[in-house]
Amino acid sequence: MKYILASIFSFILLSASAQQMASLKDLQKIMDEPGRIKVINFWATWCGPCIKELPYFDEIHRKNKNVSILLVSMDYDLDPNPEKVKRFIARKKILSPVVILTEENPSGWIDKIDKNWSGALPATIIIGASGKRKLIQGELKKDELEKYINEASQ
Amino acid sequence: MKLLFSWLVIGLISLSFTFKKGYDVGDLVTDFKLKNVDGKLVSLADYQNAKGFIIIFDCNTCPVSKAYNARILALGKKYPELGFPVILINPNSPELSEGDSYPAMVKYAKEKKYPFPYLYDESQETIRQFGATNTPHVFVLNKTSEGLRVAYIGAIDDNTRNASKASSHFVEDAVNDLLAGREVTTPKTKAIGCSVKLKNS
Repeated sequence: MKYILASIFSFILLSASAQQMASLKDLQKIMDEPGRIKVINFWATWCGPCIKELPYFDEIHRKNKNVSILLVSMDYDLDPNPEKVKRFIARKKILSPVVILTEENPSGWIDKIDKNWSGALPATIIIGASGKRKLIQGELKKDELEKYINEASQ
Repeated sequence: MKLLFSWLVIGLISLSFTFKKGYDVGDLVTDFKLKNVDGKLVSLADYQNAKGFIIIFDCNTCPVSKAYNARILALGKKYPELGFPVILINPNSPELSEGDSYPAMVKYAKEKKYPFPYLYDESQETIRQFGATNTPHVFVLNKTSEGLRVAYIGAIDDNTRNASKASSHFVEDAVNDLLAGREVTTPKTKAIGCSVKLKNS
């Protein structure tokens, strides 16, 4: 019993401390890693449509082990204090890995993430096992996200 | 015959919009006629003496718009008398963003004491024509002998959270370049912003 409690506790701790600060280079490294299908979602705590679609990403993280989800918070642009993001993740019980992108001057790096991305949130990049990338701008519905992931699996 | 011709022109124009996703730098701009918060219709043609325009797609609700509001007001105080009127356009559908309805715009403009027009793009034709993707999204237009041309597309500056820490003031620099008769040094930039709430997109 003690053991179970301890593992639950460490699990909660782990997921609560899962938000890391990331530079553009860190993010690019993750995006370039070969292997599993990757879904990179750009969001912010202040973005209504982002919050609506976050549970869909989290559900895939829990259910589909062939897909790795990364939620990239863009909150730094308006608020450099990570506490708000941390509280949000805890409150919404989000289990997917979250990083906070800590870069100044978005005009200098939005194109480096994807030259077709306008910078509007939300935006999602799906990277197939072959490395092929697909950018989706705007809010995703659950079935749309599943469809894009299926396409990336082929 | 005249009528037929104008329909043909309208048809061709809308056809070209279907195939093109908004303006790029250098493109000629087609005028619009949109309802201002005072109930009157506003067109670019109303400003006979303008040297150009600072068109800002903006809204009531976006946190990035709110962060830039004081800077937008400052542009609106400085540039109209230099020949570049500031015009705000709210492109968001109130069906998708309740706080961006016309009555909410009227209230917001009053609260913020907007010295410039704040127009309602109810049909979303103007947003589709320009191709703005987020709020705030700026288009600086330059009056030339052929008409109004897009001279700059993008962000207001390079620091959303802190105006005093911005190192590049993109819009001001672009307008100052035009006022000095120069080419715009940085004609395109990007920013993290709220997506425009388009119907049937």
